[in-house]
Amino acid sequence: MLQVKDVHTYYGNIHALKGISLNVNQGEVVTLIGSNGAGKTTTLRTIQGLLRPRTGSITLNGEELTQVPAHLITTKGLSQSPEGRLIFTRMTVLENLEMGAFARSDKDGIQRDLERVFTTFPRLKERVKQRAGTLSGGEQQMLAMGRALMSNPKVLLLDEPSMGLAPILVEQIFDIIRELNQQGTTILLVEQNAQAALQVAHRAYVLETGKITISGDAKELLEDPRVIEAYLGL
Amino acid sequence: MTTVTQKAEALSSKSSSIPSTRKLQRALFVVAVTYLVLIIGQPAGLDLVRIGQDVRAHPSAIVQQLIIGLANGGIIAMTALGYTLVYGIIELVNFAHGDVFMLGGFVSILTLSIFSRTGVNGGLTAPLWAAIFGFLPAMLFCGLLNAGIERMAYRPLRTAPKLVALISAIGMSFILQNLGLQIGAFGKLAEVSPVFKWLAVLGGNNAAPKSFPAVLGNNNLLEYIIPGATVRITFADVLVIVTAIVLMALLNWFVMSTRLGKAMRATAQNRDAAAIVGINVNQMIGLTFFIGGALAGAAGMMFGLYNGTVVFTLGFTAGLRSFTAAVLGGIGNIRGAALGGVLIGLLAAFSDQYLAVRWTNAWVFLILVLVLLFRPTGLLGQETGDKA
Repeated sequence: MLQVKDVHTYYGNIHALKGISLNVNQGEVVTLIGSNGAGKTTTLRTIQGLLRPRTGSITLNGEELTQVPAHLITTKGLSQSPEGRLIFTRMTVLENLEMGAFARSDKDGIQRDLERVFTTFPRLKERVKQRAGTLSGGEQQMLAMGRALMSNPKVLLLDEPSMGLAPILVEQIFDIIRELNQQGTTILLVEQNAQAALQVAHRAYVLETGKITISGDAKELLEDPRVIEAYLGL
Repeated sequence: MTTVTQKAEALSSKSSSIPSTRKLQRALFVVAVTYLVLIIGQPAGLDLVRIGQDVRAHPSAIVQQLIIGLANGGIIAMTALGYTLVYGIIELVNFAHGDVFMLGGFVSILTLSIFSRTGVNGGLTAPLWAAIFGFLPAMLFCGLLNAGIERMAYRPLRTAPKLVALISAIGMSFILQNLGLQIGAFGKLAEVSPVFKWLAVLGGNNAAPKSFPAVLGNNNLLEYIIPGATVRITFADVLVIVTAIVLMALLNWFVMSTRLGKAMRATAQNRDAAAIVGINVNQMIGLTFFIGGALAGAAGMMFGLYNGTVVFTLGFTAGLRSFTAAVLGGIGNIRGAALGGVLIGLLAAFSDQYLAVRWTNAWVFLILVLVLLFRPTGLLGQETGDKA
């Protein structure tokens, strides 16, 4: 479904992604794990069109995305809950969700997805009129995910959804990821919390300084001594 | 090991001493300002005895200045909105904004003169409908001009350090000011051919202030209600205040309630997030400049109708006043700009009446300095970017 082939991305002269290839199939949860600065967020920003790869291709159901302007990527079926959440803090929860559907014009579909977001995140429904900046960290993460879902994406990209959250909330967020996937959402999950990510994912890629070094079945990676030593810290 | 702890100690003692020196600096500054105000206050009109006598002799002047202050405040607020909208979305002080306002006045003068006739006293008079519809060309011209400036002078510098775009803005301000000076030269064309007769309104001297055709008459509307009233409310007062209120209400509705307005706010809060949800960020920034420019165009028209003349250097002083209003209200904050504009307008009107006209700008800029020193976020708080 989503295919990334030999993508090289630069920040000025810094070679950040050195030939990333990965693919996400329909119905899967695929996770991209790795330490700080490995290039996980850069990969997601490149897929979303916020950064341009110097070479390589990114396709969704066969359609090339590398030349599509960033604001039209959503209409192609990709949406993300970005690193640091980046919710619109001075707008209400409802306005944030409305913005998530900015690129759509099918009123019925938007209403349906709004109901769906409220069923998945009942907390957001309780706080529709509240300014997003006054939400707790966990609620802000839920809002960022809800906003991404409002575009009804074919693939949902999640960048560090557990960052900065209390352990109980992390558990809750991963439960929701599992639930969303069971309802049919395809997910590409970027995480530093390798343990939790590998437990929820079907397949996984390990990223090290801009290159994919290990890939395979998530359950197998949980047992892989290289992964255990470097990322699970057991 | 010892050096590390020593360093840490030195660092912590340094950081704790910074606030107290700053407090001392501020206290000294207040003393200095008070001293200056007391010394130069008298020639600057701060003569409480005289002011007291003045107030007792003409109590109605207070109401009169209140009306003048509100009208001028409306004009300042409309221009301040342009500074605040642009600062809110790309964190740039658009120094060319005052000059866009000035050109708005020039466009208005030309539009009005096309529909004007020579009146009984030899001056030009324009019909009332021309004054009302004259807002449209001025707003359209200034909106497009401002959006064009963004496209040419600021967008290519979007990723450059902020100072670079600021210098570009100052350069743009000079270009527009000279454009205003050149427009003045077209007055000579009126002698060349009768086709250009309407350009005579610009006169023969480029740099001289240009007089607006008389439109609104000088009748005291209040006299129709209360015969013999000492306070004057002219049609110009009403038109300026009502237009300012209507345009600001429209802006508030647009920004708070429409899909595009919300997208504009979203872009101001976080550009990356806006792009992710499918908002065309460049388009929103262009739209912001267009709206800011259109409001400045309307303000230019209002200024001309109200004060009678425009001159090519108007952008600098009026621009600084409006910028002060935007900072006073809290830059980036739309309601703050409206409030700041009205407050500066009132301050200027009362200073003109009770202090001294030539010191009014000094008082206004003193406020700018005081706000930046003591409350840099302004009265209603700054709203720029995302600070979550």
